[in-house]
Formats: sequence, C-alpha cells, structure tokens
Amino acid sequence: MVSEVNQDLINELAALKLENARLRRQVESQPTTVQEYPLSLEEYRRYGRQMIVEDTGGVQGQVRLKNSKVLVVGAGGLGCPALPYLAGAGIGQIGIVDNDIVDTSNLHRQVLHDSTKVGMLKCESAKAVLNKLNPHVNVVTYPVRLNYSNAFDIFDGYDYVLDCTDTPLTRYLISDVAVNLGITVVSASGLGTEGQLTVLNFNNTGPCYRCFYPIPPNPMSVSSCQEGGVIGPCIGLVGTMMAVEAIKLIIGIYTPENFQPFLTLYSGFPQQTLRTFKMRGRQSKCICCGDNRSITRAAIESGEINYELFCGSRNYNVCSPDERITVNKFKDEYYDRTTQDYVLLDVRPSHHYEISHFPDAFNIPVKKLKDMHGSMAELQKEIPSIKEDSEVLVLCRYGNDSQLATRLLKDEFKLPNVKDIQGGFFRYIDEVDSSIPKY
Amino acid sequence: MIKVRVEFLGGLDVVFSKQRVHDLTIDAEELSMQGLIDYIVQNLITNKNDVDVFLEDDNIRPGIITLINDTDWELEGEMEYEVCDGDVISFTSTLHGG
Repeated sequence: MVSEVNQDLINELAALKLENARLRRQVESQPTTVQEYPLSLEEYRRYGRQMIVEDTGGVQGQVRLKNSKVLVVGAGGLGCPALPYLAGAGIGQIGIVDNDIVDTSNLHRQVLHDSTKVGMLKCESAKAVLNKLNPHVNVVTYPVRLNYSNAFDIFDGYDYVLDCTDTPLTRYLISDVAVNLGITVVSASGLGTEGQLTVLNFNNTGPCYRCFYPIPPNPMSVSSCQEGGVIGPCIGLVGTMMAVEAIKLIIGIYTPENFQPFLTLYSGFPQQTLRTFKMRGRQSKCICCGDNRSITRAAIESGEINYELFCGSRNYNVCSPDERITVNKFKDEYYDRTTQDYVLLDVRPSHHYEISHFPDAFNIPVKKLKDMHGSMAELQKEIPSIKEDSEVLVLCRYGNDSQLATRLLKDEFKLPNVKDIQGGFFRYIDEVDSSIPKY
Repeated sequence: MIKVRVEFLGGLDVVFSKQRVHDLTIDAEELSMQGLIDYIVQNLITNKNDVDVFLEDDNIRPGIITLINDTDWELEGEMEYEVCDGDVISFTSTLHGG
C-alpha cells in the first residue's frame, strides 16, 4: 500500500519535472517583457535610422545623446537650423537663450519661426516647434540677454554650448565663461554668402576664442546681418554643421588624441566651397585659458572684465543738434516745397538705394564721399547743380552714416548749409509715409 | 621669380577689386610674409584709403585670419615665413553675424 502510493507520487513527480522543464524552455525562448531596455520602444523606432549608422555607437550612442544637455545661445539664423536637428537626434535637454522677438525680416533665414509667430519671443517660438518635433526632449528657455552676471548660472549644468550669437562681445563672453566652467563650445558665424565654424576649448585643452582673437576687431569693421545682409540657406548650412559638431562631441567622435583645432569656411557663391583650415592650438600666453589667467569667474562676475569697453562701439554722434532735422520737419519745410531748391543726398550703398528711395534723391554712398577727399569738382561730377551755398539734406537707412556724411560735407567740402535727417529713411517711412517699401 | 596664389575671403575681397583670388608672379629670389604683405598693399589695394581694412599699425588687422597653405600662420612663423613657389596664402575676415 505504502509502496503503491510512493510509486504514484514518484510518477507524478517525474511528470511534473518534465512539465516544469518544458515550461522553463518555453519561457526562456519567449521574448520577455520584464527585461530592462535603456530606451522606450517608441525611442527605438524614432532613433533607429541614426542608431544603425555604425559610427554613432548604436544604443550606447543614443543613450549618450539622451543623457546630454546642450545650451544654444541665439535662436536666429544659426540656432534655427541647429535646434530642430538637436531635438530630432534626441538630446536630453536643450536650453535656448534669446530675449529677441520674431520679426518679419528674420523669416527668410530663421525658418523655425513663421509668420504667425511675429512678435513672439524667439526662444518660446522655437520651444513650441521642438516640443512637437520630439516630446522626449526637455526644452528650457531663457528669455534674457546673456551678460557677465547671468552667464555662469545659465551655463552651469550644460555639457556643451552652441554659440549662435551675432556680436564679438557675446562671442568673447561665451568662450570665457565656458573655459571657466570647463565646457566645450561649438562656435559659428555667417554673413552674406559665407560662414565659419569651429570648436573651442575642446576637452579643456583646445584653443579658446581669445587664442584665435586676442585683440578684438575694430567696431567699424564688424558687420551684422541687418547691415550686411545674409542669404538664408548659406547661414542655415553653417547652423546645420553646428548640430553635426554637437552630435560628434556627445557620441565621442573627437578624442584628445585625434582632435585638431580647425576653422571651417563655407562660401556659397559663386561655386559652393567648404574648406577646413588647421588652426593654432591653445596659446600659453592666452589670458583666458593660458598659463597666466586673468579672465577668471570672479573677474567676469564682478564686472571687472568690461566687455563693452574691450570690444568698443561705433560713435555716430558726431553732429550737434542744430546740424540735424527731424523727419517731420524735413517733410514740412523741405519735401513739401513745390520747387526743389535744395539737394537731397542719400548716402546708403547703391544696392540699398536701388530697393527703394526718394525719387529726387542723389545717391553717393558714404564711402565714395569719403574717397572724394573734399573735392567740390568730384562732388559736382555726381551732383552738377551743387554749389558752396547749396542747402544739402543728408539721409541714410537709420541715421548713422548720414551723420558721418554731414561731417564730411561740412568739414572737408566746406559746405555750411548741411543737415542730417535724424533716423534716416526708415524713420521717415515709420513716421511720415508708410507707403514706401522698407527692407 | 616666385609664383604665389593670394586669396581674400570673408568679404575682404571688397578692397581688392572684388576679386577673391589673385595669382601673382613676384620678381624676387626670396620673399618673406612681410615682403608679400608689402607687395599686396602696394600693388593690389587700388584705393589707398582701404589699406586700413587690411592693416592696422603695420600688422594684419585684428579679426583677419592669415593662412599659409590652409594652415594658421601662427604655426608657420607668421611674418618671418619664407614664401615658397606655389604657396597659397589666404586672408579671411572673421564673421560675426548669426
């Protein structure tokens, strides 16, 4: 009896063992849902096309992107193409610093914004697009102008900074702060049909902005997009290249062994060319990243490093109040006269003048006027009717160059009756006649 | 005779008759960068008022990067570099727009 029961139990036990083994094999051969993946299934689908590029390091590279924080300073011509590519690639956190608002004149190149966003903060406009593009990215906005007192707080915690700004002052500031915080900077710029790209302070051993440019440029030689103009896709290409550099830095394509300081120059016209120049390394005499450093965090934050003074500014205020006339007074006292017995001189570059101008205005660009060296004979070649006692009214786009021209006409050409039209052609359009095209 | 190609990039061509590339044949046995720069100022800048776009205090103006065969001239000896036949010397103005 006992042995019979035992035999049944032994048989049942053997059957259970077999079933157990079969089930175990079944479970082991089935995909499990409890295994931990570093990314969600949606993220695998989203980033698949970039993860299968072998150089990215696959999932490991994607996790690096997800764990990284990138700060983009400026959501303009460079920031607009860089930002969506960074968001698309799956950077974990993207910060955007910009206190500027979207203007219609930005839209030909700053294509992240659109016509319905005019008047909106650029950083908020950009954030709305990025959130829709990739909800996995945490987008943080800083609607402030970057300066010596807020830069450290904003930069702190970011792994990389993209300098998409537009003045030498902010370029020095970004580089200085990044060196002090040990952050690598992707720096680029563009104007007209050209652009430049470089990586600064790589691994805290590469050159910084001051290594390349120990002395700032003369402010008179610095041109902005507003002044010099810019072709949208040319600067857009450079902004796109910045995103490529950021991704390469994050996934570790550059190493301290293979990194060579460089400057890439893109030219859009006439043939598109891309050239990469081999640049100097970190300079031991650099006052920011060299052996004897004076650009320290304390010196920057206290305001001891005066960036405004260092970079300088243009001085246009060279006319006294009685040498100037408002646009309204110009209209009432001169423009509405039935006979034009005065000379109206437009000193903008000729290609600006061609876009729109007063029908009865002469055009002599301020540079050409300067090259006449005060010769009345030269001046009369352009304006035959002009005489020493002529009344001359001078205008330009915003009322800056016209002051320089007024000074030239009074001091070098010895014309006593010259007046500068304050605020220039654009203020006339704003305050007197909005039917004239403004560009 | 030394044949050298000189390029003016980043908008600098504006003071060189809007011509970006100049192929020069200079009648000299030896030519330093200083000598080449003197030659450029004397022969290629048509309007003498424009010299200060290229030079400041007898040196290349701050904001202009000088390259010798696509390499920063700082790595090549700057003004002391001896220009060789076939060299490409580029000057590029630094851009600031963004």
